Amino acid sequence: MLAKRLIPCLDVADGRVKKGVNFVNLTDVGDPVEIAAAYQQQGADELVFLDIAATNEHRKTMAALVEQVSAQVFMPLTIGGGISSVADMQRLLKAGADKVAINSAAVAQPALIQAGAEKFGNQCIVVAIDAAWDEQAQMYRVYTHGGKQATDLDAIAWAQQVVALGAGELLVTSMDRDGTKAGFDLKLYQALGEVVAVPIIASGGAGNLQDFVTVFEQAPVDGALAASVFHYGELTIGQVKQALAAKGVVVR
Amino acid sequence: MFAIVDYDTGNTRNLKKAFDYLQVPTQLTADPVELAAADAVILPGVGAFAAAMTALNDRQLVPVLQRLAQAGKPMLGICLGMQLLFESSNEYGNHDGLGLLQGRVTALPADLGVKVPQMGWNQNVVQQPASPFKALDQNYTYFVHSYYAICPAEEIVATVQHGVRVPSVVQRQNVVGMQFHPEKSGQVGLQQLATFKEMVSAHDFSRN
Repeated sequence: MLAKRLIPCLDVADGRVKKGVNFVNLTDVGDPVEIAAAYQQQGADELVFLDIAATNEHRKTMAALVEQVSAQVFMPLTIGGGISSVADMQRLLKAGADKVAINSAAVAQPALIQAGAEKFGNQCIVVAIDAAWDEQAQMYRVYTHGGKQATDLDAIAWAQQVVALGAGELLVTSMDRDGTKAGFDLKLYQALGEVVAVPIIASGGAGNLQDFVTVFEQAPVDGALAASVFHYGELTIGQVKQALAAKGVVVR
Repeated sequence: MFAIVDYDTGNTRNLKKAFDYLQVPTQLTADPVELAAADAVILPGVGAFAAAMTALNDRQLVPVLQRLAQAGKPMLGICLGMQLLFESSNEYGNHDGLGLLQGRVTALPADLGVKVPQMGWNQNVVQQPASPFKALDQNYTYFVHSYYAICPAEEIVATVQHGVRVPSVVQRQNVVGMQFHPEKSGQVGLQQLATFKEMVSAHDFSRN
């Protein structure tokens, strides 16, 4: 039986892991290889690196970073942020990434999902979806550009569409919960689980051990992603896995 | 020196990095002379079965690999590379494999309440307690695949459960296959590659 995955997410700019508040006031946290190795040691199941600068210049730095990390750290690596072409994907996969995550580019040009899936296989293509509940429209609305731009897309319908186009996995962030530590948005993931059969990674809202237990017990998700709680030592991967195992959730 | 077969199928770089980390020199090559001179031949693979066999055929590597295996050359197939070791696959039509292991490759059933492809960490159960790979028992490794091998029990070293029982390590004398990605399975994965390396050094392919 597949283990549920715990996935730390690392923000990267200029080839370094950064800590930021709303993408400003970035402070240097450390060397990506050292941080990745520490997470491997802790028992992380996968790592997501998010390029928060994402200009042409930074994408080259990102490929170099992936090259270094994958020479020392032997677990699946997903890279997201600023990927807008098959060539971008190829550069990162060649450097050692196992999966690439696309978000704004997938909305702007859905054909990119299909092109990537055809060239590299569905399992390589992760579509990241940022969504927030819209009370008036009674739907989870999709946002792009780091949550700054609203779209007309309903996240549940959009998820079905990207899977039909070849997305092999969905990384779904609840903007309502992101940074709140109020727990994962269970309703969002339950609704997604009804309509897609690919792995779903939940993101946004993790604050304590029980949040992880609850999302795996009550929503059909395959992994949980978190940044700050792992990054700044509030919880270790090991603690979360212990709590999950104690409740009968299969972890590695 | 281990030769990694260069036949333009997916990412061989991460595999090379794992061997580098273990201080095993590797060479990416499709040259029959270099393959014959290597201490072991590693057959990687990502993608579709038919495309991979076509790529091997285009390079006239099928008889080369068959001769080397028959002559006792240690060989390790990884992921799709493991599947190619079998007699056939029905991925998008029926296709012959290398025929170095008995058995065939078929789709993971999707109607058993599991997601296909199998993507993630799964727990191995060793079926042959005397195998050099016995330390794999109860340990998790990382899988990404939609097809799996149906083969005789004597070839099955370890399995994982994913709807059906999926062979995760197979072996027939000098020919070994791993369905998971050892280069993406943390310390446990590196340990399996190190075990293979020790088997090569010790010529320890007598079992099964």
